[in-house]
Amino acid sequence: MTPAETRRIGLRLENIDKRYGGLYALRRVSLEIAPGECVAFAGRNGSGKTTLLRIAAQLVRPSAGKLTFSPAPKESERATKNTGFVAHATMVYDELTAEENLLLFARLLQIPEPAKCVETLLHEVGLFERRDSLVRTFSRGMRQRVAIARALLHQPSVLLLDEPATGLDPQGVTWLAATLRRLRDAGSTILMSLHGESEISDLATRAIRLDAGAVVADTRNGASLHSILTFADA
Amino acid sequence: MSLFSNTSVLLGKELRTEFRSRELLTTTVVFILMIVVLFSFTFDPTREESRRFGPGLLWLAFLFAASLMLQPGFLREQTNDTLSALRLSVSDPFAIFLSKLCANTLFLLITELLLLPIFAVLYNVPLLGVVPQLALVLFLGSLGLSVTGTTLSAISAQARMRELLLPLLLLPLLTPLLIASTEATAALFAENPALRWDWLAFLIAFDIIFLTAVWLFGEYLLEE
Repeated sequence: MTPAETRRIGLRLENIDKRYGGLYALRRVSLEIAPGECVAFAGRNGSGKTTLLRIAAQLVRPSAGKLTFSPAPKESERATKNTGFVAHATMVYDELTAEENLLLFARLLQIPEPAKCVETLLHEVGLFERRDSLVRTFSRGMRQRVAIARALLHQPSVLLLDEPATGLDPQGVTWLAATLRRLRDAGSTILMSLHGESEISDLATRAIRLDAGAVVADTRNGASLHSILTFADA
Repeated sequence: MSLFSNTSVLLGKELRTEFRSRELLTTTVVFILMIVVLFSFTFDPTREESRRFGPGLLWLAFLFAASLMLQPGFLREQTNDTLSALRLSVSDPFAIFLSKLCANTLFLLITELLLLPIFAVLYNVPLLGVVPQLALVLFLGSLGLSVTGTTLSAISAQARMRELLLPLLLLPLLTPLLIASTEATAALFAENPALRWDWLAFLIAFDIIFLTAVWLFGEYLLEE
């Protein structure tokens, strides 16, 4: 799908804390993400990347601090509707077919001509031939393709990706990188958690490293981007 | 408008997945049939005894069926984190709850519809003369069961020991509904059947109160 010019939305996280019982998943995280920025989050397992993305998606309420969008969504509009989210889990139904899954979410998102949009996306993710197969019969990589297609259905202004290349074959990673590049160039704000460098990390215009729930490095500089994503100075 | 269009889309999904697998309906119908048949083996009621004890047995069986049927409602959404995908996609989160409520009520009514003729034969209770009135009582009672059960299913789905938690919370909370439904049904099974409006009013009030509470606070139930 060729993205049209996307509505540009930035995010501001102010002193965000997230506690699970006595354990801090995030500790006083403050970030200003400009509209159209492509941010890669790096960090060890348990450093708080997933929690941060889920808070940005408004799926998890922070224990303290504030998340705001600029421009703020209209009163009649749910901010979540501008967001596309790819999580660790596929977020699609195993007992529905690929086409039924995408049609379900396209209708919920009230996309005009949902059938046409779904058909185009199925071609793009290379699953058109398998559109009538139940998702539970798919491999991990194919499920991930459906998951990514679901997140892209409404051409979101803010795209949140938690290790989006999980399970994808090299062709899949190339396709995803090209798609994200188009979205970034069209003005979407992209936040993604990554492990190591890849075609996808090359898209990042900013890299942030988290450690024990706190931001320990934040750069827009090309050389430092590389060291943050590869843990070169860790 | 968005609430109703989102609800109808989600209800379609609920019906499609259930009628495709028939997991819930089949197991619940078999379970409830076993309860009613086993009850009939344990004592051999006269017609008079059936009129007295039948309504209570019937609603206890419905209650057990509901606790079995309502459990997976939100649990299924946990498997692939589809609840998060729904929360990101709907215009009004109440649509998620409303679609599950409609589906659960429908499945419960189908189960009751299948059970009633068997109950009438086993317990020698004539139902033909009171079908419309009984349908009204069953609808109001089942709606109450579904509203409460769906709410608690959303709460318990994120808890540890969730399989035990739902019946533990559901059964005491439904005691008033069980009494009202049993009394209203007993009046219909009596020698001179009558619709007890006082118990019906109680059932309507129960349904409205719980539905309003869920409408007001439902979004918090769905949060992580």
